Amino acid sequence: MSPLSTLTPLTVKKSSPARNRLRGGARYAPTLATVGLFIAMFAVGAGMYPSFLSGQVFLNLFIDNTFLIVLAVGMTFVILTGGIDLSVGAVVALSMMVSATLLQQGWNPGAVIVLVLLIGGGLGLLMGLVIQYFDIQPFIVTLAGMFLARGLCYVISLDSIPVTEGFFTGMAQAQIPLPGDLFVSPGVLLALGIVTVAFFVLHHTRFGRTVYAIGGNEHSAMLMGLPVKATKILVYALSGLCSAIAGILFSFYSLSGYSLAAQGMELDAIAAVVIGGTLLTGGTGYVLGSVVGVLVLGIVQTFIAYDGTLSSWWTKIVIGGLLLVFILLQRLFARKAG
Amino acid sequence: MRMNEIVPVVEMTDIAIGFPGVKALDGVDFRLFQGEVHALMGENGAGKSTLIKALTGVYAIDSGTITVLGEPKRFSTPGESQAAGISTVYQEVNLCPNLTVEENVLLGREPRRRGSIDWKGVRTRTREVLAELQLDHIDPGSLLSTHSIAVQQLIAIARSVEINAKVLILDEPTSSLDADEVRQLFRVIRDLRNRRVAILFVSHFLEQVYEISDRMTVLRNGKLVGEYLTRDLSRMSLISKMIGKDMEALAELDQAPARTRASNGAGVTPFIEAKGLGRKGSVSNVDLSIYPGEVVGLAGLLGAGRTEIARLFFGADKADEGSIKIKGAGQRIRSPRTAIDKHIGFCSEDRKEEGLIGELTVRDNLVLVMQASKGWARRIPRRVQDELVAEYIEALDIRPANPDALIKNLSGGNQQKVLLARWLVTHPELLILDEPTRGIDIGAKTQIQKLVNKLAADGMSILFISSELEEVLRVSDRVAVIKDRALVAEINNDDVSVEDVMTVIAGGAQ
Repeated sequence: MSPLSTLTPLTVKKSSPARNRLRGGARYAPTLATVGLFIAMFAVGAGMYPSFLSGQVFLNLFIDNTFLIVLAVGMTFVILTGGIDLSVGAVVALSMMVSATLLQQGWNPGAVIVLVLLIGGGLGLLMGLVIQYFDIQPFIVTLAGMFLARGLCYVISLDSIPVTEGFFTGMAQAQIPLPGDLFVSPGVLLALGIVTVAFFVLHHTRFGRTVYAIGGNEHSAMLMGLPVKATKILVYALSGLCSAIAGILFSFYSLSGYSLAAQGMELDAIAAVVIGGTLLTGGTGYVLGSVVGVLVLGIVQTFIAYDGTLSSWWTKIVIGGLLLVFILLQRLFARKAG
Repeated sequence: MRMNEIVPVVEMTDIAIGFPGVKALDGVDFRLFQGEVHALMGENGAGKSTLIKALTGVYAIDSGTITVLGEPKRFSTPGESQAAGISTVYQEVNLCPNLTVEENVLLGREPRRRGSIDWKGVRTRTREVLAELQLDHIDPGSLLSTHSIAVQQLIAIARSVEINAKVLILDEPTSSLDADEVRQLFRVIRDLRNRRVAILFVSHFLEQVYEISDRMTVLRNGKLVGEYLTRDLSRMSLISKMIGKDMEALAELDQAPARTRASNGAGVTPFIEAKGLGRKGSVSNVDLSIYPGEVVGLAGLLGAGRTEIARLFFGADKADEGSIKIKGAGQRIRSPRTAIDKHIGFCSEDRKEEGLIGELTVRDNLVLVMQASKGWARRIPRRVQDELVAEYIEALDIRPANPDALIKNLSGGNQQKVLLARWLVTHPELLILDEPTRGIDIGAKTQIQKLVNKLAADGMSILFISSELEEVLRVSDRVAVIKDRALVAEINNDDVSVEDVMTVIAGGAQ
């Protein structure tokens, strides 16, 4: 038997260290492009409107989009596995309706929040179970989940229900002062906390790495003995939970519950995740990228608000254009890397 | 001796696995010992993959027992099999291309500190494992997808070394490697064998099996044929065990009637002429010409590369090396569509999946290619369809003689005739027949063989593929022998016996 020591190193084709670094860098490229875009838009805004260049305008991007950040976090997990969750907007609305109704009936706000989280997480879990055990496309299952949640909103009430409860109104008005006359809302801290936890989970736990592995190649992940089933189910439960949290944050923000609220928000969340550099096919992406994606959507809105003459529908058009550009960019990077 | 361990690492007894309509494994016994390379042999469909999947927990067994190191086991997930020390490297490397080398080596087993993955530890451990296999030139932080298949396979092996696998299953590991890469892989395999790992090796390449394996188990049609020491089993007897005919019977088979057809004399241009045709991971360096009016048979074991050659000729796979000339002019066959335009027809091996459309009638199936090559806008008039269909139903004796019968309700032989007729109506100049007589009764088989002869006599070129050597010899003017994904010999079919061809297939290293 030839001893192993005689083994001449197998030439590793096409992978000199320098090129590897380059290729490795290509993984971050879509996200970095988004960061670059955000900075450029901020600079252009500052050039056009002097008041744009203020810390508070930047912080308002977070304050006005806490719920979207949280939604995008859950959506990032789902999309990383190669799935999709269309139910999140409807679950946000349902969470708002449930909290508004129960608060009106005098429930304790803590109990309301716990119940809403249970409903959101439970719905997600249910969809995950159906997707996994009946082997149905996530698209169709979460579409059904969307109709279910939206329908339940209408069952609760067709009218807008105001929230007057003390804790919620307190949260709506609370400002956490920062140095330099700046402030953020408590929701921002919560959202950023969730982002931090999500980052840790995705990059430093086996569960997180399994999420990436499933997106890379589900069959391989299964053959490698990873807990594919449990992970996939959990990912939808997480997304449901994030939707419930987003619903509560949105309640803090809007102080009402309305059946027609958050319509199309699932699409905003998907757009933010994709613009943030996560591949819809799964396996590649970063939760921090999704946050930047939300900020990009936010800055587009801010732009249109500053302009004052444009209809708010322009936001949609710009976001649509950006989405297209970013998907094309990703395709380009993927081709280079492949 | 490696075999004098008393307890095998893996012992499978009386294993049966069935799928609807098929017994994939039927009463198969299998033993694997420490420190041996054991080859699992058999033609495609013999049950090799099923046996492996039973051992790796992908399929549940219907009956029988599996013991690992003397302990009875029942695997229902790959995770359970891995926990028992069985690790598998599949042909289509099952790792995650989007993750780094180190993650792929340790995925699901990363060292952790207080719940958080210890990435430094991951790096150190990966370096250790790669160094053990003398693969330290691989950067643990590089993306898996930046490496060639060969390196990815070695990384997959590194993963099983990390798991400390007692059993390593290599399923067709060499099918997409070049000779150099195979040598490297074999060195790693030998090293692992010296470290008492039990290795189960599956390959279609006979020479590789003889080079690396100590013992072999032969399966045929889901049944166990036997277990042999590699050095005691000649290539010839291995092949006869794989295809299920013993030497005497093979020798006695009737010789092909000598066929005399002036075809490839000097000055005649071949209809098709392939030079150095090949495709990475498929076949390589195929030189083959077919003259008008000639039947060329492709002989070789299932999986040797016969269908692959047919697919290259028809453009179903794109060749990435070599050239094709049609009637002396250089051509590129980019797709089946171009092939059809050049008057090439291809009856595929798998009638159900790649041939017929079961829900359509005999008439619809028959005119399909003709209609496609005319373009969908120019519908073939019903009257013409009726005439054609009636003509071919009669000519090929298709039963029932009902143009409106659903094709899925016809017998295999009659389905095959419809498939043939589909190409015949387009008047091809080259017709590729891949296993045209598989699974059909003897009567229909003879009819098809006669038809092939008649078509050739009328000037058509035919590439005839069959696993039955007798049949290949009966219909062909020339036999091209395929072995280990390459064309190894061309024999003019005058007085060639089945045994002669077998000798060529079994022949030593080329």
